[in-house]
Amino acid sequence: MQPNESLASREATAPSSTPPASVFSPPISEPPPLEIHDLTVAYHKKPVLWGIDLAVPHGKLVGIVGPNGAGKSTLIKAAMGLLPLSSGWVKIFGAPIARSLTRIGYVPQRESVDWDFPVNVMDVVLMGRYGRLGLFRRPSAADRDKARECLDKVKMLPYANRQISNLSGGQQQRVFLARALAQESDLYFMDEPFAGVDAATESAIVALLHELKDRGKTLLVVHHDLPTARNYFDMLLLLNMRLVAFGPTELVFNHETLQTTYGGRLTILSEVAEAVRAKASQ
Amino acid sequence: MRASPHASLLIAAFLLLCAATAHASRIGDLADSPIWAQALRFFTFQDPSVRYALIGSMLLGVSCGLLGGFIVVRKMALMGDALSHAVLPGVALGFLWNMSKDPVAIFVGATLAGLLGTVLVGVIQQTTRLKEDTALGMVLASFFAVGICAVTMIQRLPTGNKSGIDKFLFGQAAAIGANDVTLMAVVTALAIGTVWVLYKEFLVTSFDPAFARVCGFPVKWLHHALMLLLAFAVVIALQAVGVVLVSAMLITPAAAAYLLTDRLHRMLLLAAAFGLGAGATGCFFSFLGNNLPTGPCMVLGATAVFALAFLFGPRHGVFAKWWRRRSQSGRVGRENTLKALYHVLESRDFKGEGVSLRELAERRHMTAEASSREVQALRRNQLATLTEDGNMVHLTPEGWTRACVIVRNHRLWELYLTNEAHIASDHVHEDAEKIEHVLGEETVLQLERRLESPTKDPHGRPIPSLADLRRGAAVDRRDELVGYGRRI
Repeated sequence: MQPNESLASREATAPSSTPPASVFSPPISEPPPLEIHDLTVAYHKKPVLWGIDLAVPHGKLVGIVGPNGAGKSTLIKAAMGLLPLSSGWVKIFGAPIARSLTRIGYVPQRESVDWDFPVNVMDVVLMGRYGRLGLFRRPSAADRDKARECLDKVKMLPYANRQISNLSGGQQQRVFLARALAQESDLYFMDEPFAGVDAATESAIVALLHELKDRGKTLLVVHHDLPTARNYFDMLLLLNMRLVAFGPTELVFNHETLQTTYGGRLTILSEVAEAVRAKASQ
Repeated sequence: MRASPHASLLIAAFLLLCAATAHASRIGDLADSPIWAQALRFFTFQDPSVRYALIGSMLLGVSCGLLGGFIVVRKMALMGDALSHAVLPGVALGFLWNMSKDPVAIFVGATLAGLLGTVLVGVIQQTTRLKEDTALGMVLASFFAVGICAVTMIQRLPTGNKSGIDKFLFGQAAAIGANDVTLMAVVTALAIGTVWVLYKEFLVTSFDPAFARVCGFPVKWLHHALMLLLAFAVVIALQAVGVVLVSAMLITPAAAAYLLTDRLHRMLLLAAAFGLGAGATGCFFSFLGNNLPTGPCMVLGATAVFALAFLFGPRHGVFAKWWRRRSQSGRVGRENTLKALYHVLESRDFKGEGVSLRELAERRHMTAEASSREVQALRRNQLATLTEDGNMVHLTPEGWTRACVIVRNHRLWELYLTNEAHIASDHVHEDAEKIEHVLGEETVLQLERRLESPTKDPHGRPIPSLADLRRGAAVDRRDELVGYGRRI
């Protein structure tokens, strides 16, 4: 089946299949930052994501949580158009991905790049400006100022001229964040920004995410640590190949949904959830 | 494809500006003159018979080095190897086109064969479970086999045996003609121009292709463009370097450059320069050795550059690392001796300035010989003096200051660990032993401020303050100068 065909027939036959999150209607008339309809993604004909329907409202900090292999990274990569879709469509601010790339900011997993690459911190952050520059144009002095400003925001300005392999894990993550800030986007996708960072960096990142949210940005953050997810995010997206639940954290973070997401494998986690809930209700 | 020969003539004319008057004799005739005289003649283009060979070798060095830089940072070295072996059937095909060594026909044939090889690698990877390295190895060998068979058959043809097509295996710079140089100049200019215009794009797609796609760059097309340029560079290098070794001209200069710098643009410039140097010297030694195959000579030239970078690179070189380790361990040893001297002085409440070698040896749990060696090291660095009988050690003003600094670092760090990190006071010594040598002045000041200028460490011993350091006075005995009051 052609993707276009499926899109047309779905829209024609199933107008009632509105995404579950559409109850949180955007405060302004602009279309939602991210809208996903009937998304299926397969690696080598084996599906990793099945029929995802979703609309993320404006100005929310959304945590994407689920067990290993649940397709968390796959979901954000598919949402940015980095993977071929088996079915469904994705719209960014109401437009196809290709036309709204400048509104997307991306923080990939830290391990996805070679940190011995011959670039320094400034070079990496400047890459955040490349999308706006387009082909052929070179970064200007204004772009450098912007990059320095973003480096300062993550407290990495003194390291601007360091080669990137001389950084600690937390510092590398801050550099990636600064690069995403330099993109000046409205919708951010972050793939495990807390993986392997020190406690100071983790809290600095959380503060930064909240600041971005308060400035009206929408953020989707892949997160693997369930206990902290409750405190960090406004909304949670529980994923295990299918969309298990998506909504405000206090509604989603309960025993049943976690049990569905993680199955019987991770009873400890649901116990944690119970404990956290008990503590919160005290 | 065929640009006017003016481009190459222009380059040649420019290089000839620095040349003296030309003598029309072959370099081989000068075999009895000293090597430097031959080199001078060779590299100033005085010898018309080697001019094309030298210019061609330099051009191929530049284009291979420049594009090789991308091969190295993208970890595609094997791909370069496969590409270079896959071009051989195309060389044979280009030759068969009109049974002559027409550079353009060979260029087209070889490029097509090389690209076909890389496409096949992709197809095998996508349609089977085999991984890239296996696919590369297989395609490389089978294309090369086809090429060898074709070249051998051409040589058996009546017109084939004088063609010099066998030179494509190991390379012969002497076979480079005016047309070849033109083609090389065009390709080199194309490579430099493309990298110049698309530097930012090649940088981001090499470092983080997923991010580049989110930025909206056509990552696949940029990759194909780079592979095409790479195929061009390989093909123009064939005549001089040969199919077998051309991948080394891609990889080795770039690998040497990678060891020397941490910025991509500098690395590319260095790689191009190394390629140029390796090409020129390889060409020279090939002529000097009575037409030795040029390819191996160039590759050995590039390898020599790599060896130098590997051994003597300022940051990542073996020698630099050894030197840093040596000077650091020397410094740590001296600082430990100074600290021991301080402890001896402190244990007798800073009464008397001299410390005997035996006291020091006891303190350091060492033999007298070992502690004597340590004191000699202090003396060489003007940190301590020895009495004439060689028994008593006295600290110099600088030695005293340094000893205080180390003790101060140690005790402040111990206090920080116990007070701020809540580590038991009997567990902090080992950590402080290591960190005392690397704490910077700024960090220590911060520590002191954070701890609100403490005077005692967790074990109750006094911490030397900055004022003590400046005055050269001992802690608790502020009226008495210690260490350099009376030097013997």
